Amino acid sequence: MALLHIAEPGLSAAPHQHKWAVGIDLGTTNSLVAVVRSASAETLADEQGRHLLPSVVHYQADGLRVGHEAKQGAAQDPRNTLSSIKRLMGKAASDVDEQRLPYLFSANPHGMAQIETVQGAVNPVQVSAEILKALAQRATHTLGAELDGVVITVPTYFNDAQRQATKDAARLAGLHVLRLLNEPTAAAVAYGLDSGQEGLIAVYDLGGGTFDISILRLHRGVFEVLATGGDSALGGDDFDHLLADWLLAQAAPTGALTPEQQRELLDLACAIKQQLTDVPSVTASFLGWQGEVSRALFESLIETLVKKTILSCRRALKDAEVEASEVLQVVMVGGSTRVPLVRERVGAFFGRTPLTSIDPDQVVAIGAAIQADVLVGNKPETEMLLLDVIPLSLGLETMGGLVEKIIPRNTTIPVARAQEFTTFKDGQTAMALHVVQGERELVSDCRSLARFTLRDIPPLAAGAAHIRVTFQVDADGLLAVSAQEKSSGVQAAIEVKPSYGLHEDEIANMLRDSLRFAEQDIQARMLTEQQVEADRVLEGVEQALRKDGATLLERADRAVIETALTRLRACRQGSDVEAIKSAIAGVDHCTAEFAARRMDASIRHALQGQQIDKV
Amino acid sequence: MNYFELFQLPSQFELDSHQLAETYRQLQQQFHPDRVASAPENERLLAMQQASNINAAYQTLKDPLARAEYLLMLQGLDIRGEQQTLQDTAFLIQQLAWREELEELRESADPEAGIPVFQQRISSEFNQLMLALQQALAAAELASAADLIRKLKFVRKLREELSRLEDSLMDL
Repeated sequence: MALLHIAEPGLSAAPHQHKWAVGIDLGTTNSLVAVVRSASAETLADEQGRHLLPSVVHYQADGLRVGHEAKQGAAQDPRNTLSSIKRLMGKAASDVDEQRLPYLFSANPHGMAQIETVQGAVNPVQVSAEILKALAQRATHTLGAELDGVVITVPTYFNDAQRQATKDAARLAGLHVLRLLNEPTAAAVAYGLDSGQEGLIAVYDLGGGTFDISILRLHRGVFEVLATGGDSALGGDDFDHLLADWLLAQAAPTGALTPEQQRELLDLACAIKQQLTDVPSVTASFLGWQGEVSRALFESLIETLVKKTILSCRRALKDAEVEASEVLQVVMVGGSTRVPLVRERVGAFFGRTPLTSIDPDQVVAIGAAIQADVLVGNKPETEMLLLDVIPLSLGLETMGGLVEKIIPRNTTIPVARAQEFTTFKDGQTAMALHVVQGERELVSDCRSLARFTLRDIPPLAAGAAHIRVTFQVDADGLLAVSAQEKSSGVQAAIEVKPSYGLHEDEIANMLRDSLRFAEQDIQARMLTEQQVEADRVLEGVEQALRKDGATLLERADRAVIETALTRLRACRQGSDVEAIKSAIAGVDHCTAEFAARRMDASIRHALQGQQIDKV
Repeated sequence: MNYFELFQLPSQFELDSHQLAETYRQLQQQFHPDRVASAPENERLLAMQQASNINAAYQTLKDPLARAEYLLMLQGLDIRGEQQTLQDTAFLIQQLAWREELEELRESADPEAGIPVFQQRISSEFNQLMLALQQALAAAELASAADLIRKLKFVRKLREELSRLEDSLMDL
């Protein structure tokens, strides 16, 4: 394949055509969409001027409502009003703490959590897709243009299953995901570009359901994540729950709470927490109890949790091999950083006042919009680049339920690691592998990601077959696995069973069921996608040939490529999706060597450039 | 193209870490998948592989022990992923003594007081071995360099455990 874009970054097929890409902060409590317009990034408001969209979906017998309207239904119809759904993304039914949430949970045939509503069972991916659709509609409506792509932010601590679930939700919403971006990295981009200061940045991100800490170095437009840490199950919701427990103890009701009362209690706790940011004391009443809640009392309740976040900060600094005093900017992200105790403790730990000049609710979406604008190709001259890391170690189960780490956490992505295995029985033709994610040494303490079965291993004596398994983590932090038997070169077939995620056929079914995509639409959509891909390929190879064909190719090789291009051009005019696919594959195949030569040439070129810079 | 060639560095143990980081950023700025986010899938895949390779090279060259191992591999002595085969009895006995000391520290009444002193001793041992490794590599004494790398790995592991002990004290 041609490497035009690599040799000349950002040069798009039609340089003057502006493309629209938005950044989406898909939050636990609220979601936002932002876009870069006339050189500045801003969040988009709905028709009533509201920027935040509550991440709430209300399923009703005759349809559904998303956002503010849905939130209003929470107290009346708690079982069908789904909020904080982000906490359930990529989770197994058995992982769900049902006590806290007033929903009827069930499991799909693969053990994935789903919720029973008046419209039947829905899973967290579908619910998230509804929120994404609402935000995308707001954007297309405001911009008056279709979206070419989106960048969606995720907590750093999201594991592979949670990231995949987020990407699946976007696919279900009909959106093209340019990149999954870690929330703290997005915030660092927003602040880093705003201040123009280079050096170490710490991002303290306390959202509704998750806590992340990231340490980054900004140098000449490159944001390099040095270390990350956090807790995927600690957030402002937990402050609410602690306060709710206290309120419940004061009210001391005789029986169990109804789902409606449970909801009311949580809403009350959340409201008190927010008021205590501005006033030292609040009067509250619940189930006949009435009394004062002081800020000091609230702080004593949440003290332990805040301390836990500071310990994570300390660990992240250690992993990054830097001192707290070296950190130049401390960036606060997430609504929960409005809590005075949080600001006070973070400031004391880093020895400097945390930055809050960009609205902590909006900063992530703004950073994502800046990245989206770059990725879609609107900023060909930019130096900006984000180098992120994998947040949790990836490993394999070995004998005795132990974990062997293949890729340690805080490794910069994309990354590939290979591991060799051998057979232990004569004539063995299959092998089972279990991939887990986490820091603990026992498989049972880590998160199960997938089980792979390698098949078609050539039957050899025990220990004679050498199977090389490659783990590739892409720039979204998503894992792919491939395997090859070395002596024979046979590609072992891999059968993937995601432990909790959606299976490919389930996503296909959901797409089909979704009213937006009738059967014909899907066909048309696939054809358009392949035609667009064909155009990109043609354009890329033609330009590569014009530039390097004469110097890097023999005449005969060039003729082969020209033939493949002619075939692709012909197929492109037709409507046979498979034919276009196969013609693209044909071009890819015969340009592989050309591409490799161009890559080598461009590396040499890049390094020559560097030598000149140094003089 | 080996990792040294990729970063246009001489194949030797000593390197300028500042220049290494600078070259790394330049290479990623040019080859990272984000540079081709709107390109055809195949190009994005190729960019991902190239960026993975640059990352692997950077990780290897940045870490002195990984870099030393890689140098040995280039010279035909591949000890990466080997099962441990250290023969030096005196060193192994020293290791055992240190491990006992670590356990005693863990059980002691005031581990926080003892940790810095122990850390200092381990660090000084590490630095001495590192110096010897540097000389062995310069003199192309491959076998003794390999042995020094094995020893350094032992000491590094001990350092990591000490650091974990320190972490666990903070949690209390």
